Amino acid sequence: MWATSARRAIAGQSSVTSWLLRNSMIKSGEKVRSFSSGSNQLTVRDALNSALDEEMSADSRVFVIGEEVGEYQGAYKVTKGLLQKFGPDRVLDTPITEAGFTGLGVGAAFYGLKPVVEFMTFNFAMQAIDHIINSAAKTYYMSGGQISVPIVFRGPNGAAAGVAAQHSQCFAAWYGSCPGLKVISPYSSEDYRGLLKAAIRDPDPVVFLENELMYGETFPVSDEVLDSNFTLPIGKAKIEREGKDVTITAFSKMVGYALKAADELAKDGISAEVINLRSIRPLDRATINASVRKTYRLVTVEEGWPQHGVGAEISASVVEESFEYLDAPIDRITGADVPMPYAANLERLALPQVEDIVRAAKRACYRQVPQSAAA
Amino acid sequence: MYETMAILQTMDNLYYEAQRQGRISFYVTSIGEEAINVASAAALSSDDLIFPQYREQGVLLWRGFTLKDFASQCFANDEDSGKGRQMPVHYGSKKLNYITVSSTVGTQLPHAVGAAYSLKMAKEEACTVAYFGDGGTSEGDFHAAMNFASVLEVPVLFICRNNGWAISTPASDQYRSDGVVVKGQAYGIRSFRVDGNDTLAMYSCVQAARKMAIEESRPILIEALTYRIGHHTTSDDSSKYRSITEMERWKSLRDPVIRFRKWLEGNAWWDEVAERRLRATARNEVITTMVRAEILKKPPLSDLFKDVYDSVPVHLQEQEAYVRSTVTRHPKDHPSDVPL
Repeated sequence: MWATSARRAIAGQSSVTSWLLRNSMIKSGEKVRSFSSGSNQLTVRDALNSALDEEMSADSRVFVIGEEVGEYQGAYKVTKGLLQKFGPDRVLDTPITEAGFTGLGVGAAFYGLKPVVEFMTFNFAMQAIDHIINSAAKTYYMSGGQISVPIVFRGPNGAAAGVAAQHSQCFAAWYGSCPGLKVISPYSSEDYRGLLKAAIRDPDPVVFLENELMYGETFPVSDEVLDSNFTLPIGKAKIEREGKDVTITAFSKMVGYALKAADELAKDGISAEVINLRSIRPLDRATINASVRKTYRLVTVEEGWPQHGVGAEISASVVEESFEYLDAPIDRITGADVPMPYAANLERLALPQVEDIVRAAKRACYRQVPQSAAA
Repeated sequence: MYETMAILQTMDNLYYEAQRQGRISFYVTSIGEEAINVASAAALSSDDLIFPQYREQGVLLWRGFTLKDFASQCFANDEDSGKGRQMPVHYGSKKLNYITVSSTVGTQLPHAVGAAYSLKMAKEEACTVAYFGDGGTSEGDFHAAMNFASVLEVPVLFICRNNGWAISTPASDQYRSDGVVVKGQAYGIRSFRVDGNDTLAMYSCVQAARKMAIEESRPILIEALTYRIGHHTTSDDSSKYRSITEMERWKSLRDPVIRFRKWLEGNAWWDEVAERRLRATARNEVITTMVRAEILKKPPLSDLFKDVYDSVPVHLQEQEAYVRSTVTRHPKDHPSDVPL
């Protein structure tokens, strides 16, 4: 891989270009630099794959471990091609034991390697959660700073489609409450690429919550995003859409729903500011509070269960820091307080929909009926 | 080896008593398992990475953890390399290649396999060594670790201190297999059963196992049979579930320290005079370090918020500033032995 990209680099072709060529994203002869900003198309899956590829090339301590990550090319094809390129020492297929391979990854991290542990879904990670919390999150503190754990736990989180209770739980709130962990939940390809690279480079243990339904989604990305040194800061939210009437916070797939809701609201003259949290822990309280101090109203959106959810924490934070700015109670839009049902109609009812977000934003703005646009 | 075993015994007994006197909150003795601890440590190299359960302080003592180090951790003073973060006996030393004790049972086993994998990849002339008890073999992590180590072919020693008791659960209620050694075989791991109270047998076994593990890059399981003469911890009174005669019999007839001493005396390498001198010196040193550690200052407030993450995040910096301002406003409420 190194030799190939070195030759191509000398020939004037960057490693990113060759990656895009190999994956049929651009035609031979096209130069990436000639694309204008934001007109490269990148799927979330490719964002993750390219991030893993580059970080493994740059640092020989990084390795991938999990079920089906190697020969099968990844349960969701996120690790496609990595076994062929880096070999079985760097991409480990494991027996079916989350507790086993998570503990193994933590032990390797204690020694000084940088494992990326893939869970087929974070639902299965519950069988390894002791290692994530007790062995990874707490060890740097418990050892008095002697043992660091530079490990990344990644995989799909939250609801997919028709996979029911044991494959649909959102773990953002659980992991987000744990000191010692960093918890990330990206939305766009730019998020996935920049934040996974940042997570792998981070010396602390990181829980990286993906979304199965987003893997095939395509997003426009700028040239900067495709650079092998592109990273995003962990702990900073992104304002996806500026607005002045109501703040809507969301993460992962719900950011897309919030943006659609903002479009709907705009038709009724409500200008919504949509914040893509990107990080659950650390939570970007500064950005959230600054936005609420501008709009005076807040709606939080998440797929997970309502009690002790991410919205509960955001709500408490805003009440603590920006109480006198609030013109309306904070509304939490969450998944229903039930284990996820299977039937498609029930599943739809159990998850937030765009209409729910629109109604909540209107309630916050005291609107029952559409009004003409405010001056 | 004998001197270390005797110092270990002395230390264990004095710290147990200190807990009973209310001077420390908690302690775990290794009484009855001194041979396993010290002989295994002696047969290893200092490059081998140790993953303990919590009854292996003899291994740490052999490697060079001083009586002062033990005291600092148990009394949680500002000399503790663990910065007062953990309960007593949760020692760790990066320098001595001894991974910090974690209370969770069995979690160290897959960790040891992962670290062994790293050693294999780095082609180091070393292995990892994971200690656990008979009770620990019931944990899921034990089975996952054994299976993995076998499949990945990594240099790890699994040393089971089968002392017959897991708190109040006797081995007969822990498993129905023929001990632990057959479990290793079931996973395709070469396994040994040894008399854990025979210092020399323990030493030879671990020495041979280490060689095999490193040269052939394979896991080895050692089941060392012994008896837990002491209580599970200071929170336990084992006379509630086992007979005092049983404990007394093991203590007087099967004690590994006495057994080794008799062998040394039989070879004229040790005698009554040396014994009395060693015991007196050991007792003296342990007490001196204890008394000194007891009155030292506690770890400072500045250590409370460190090491949660690699760098202290903004919200913790804010919390520390808030705590400090509270201390400034209410100095009488802040304990005098906790520096800022």
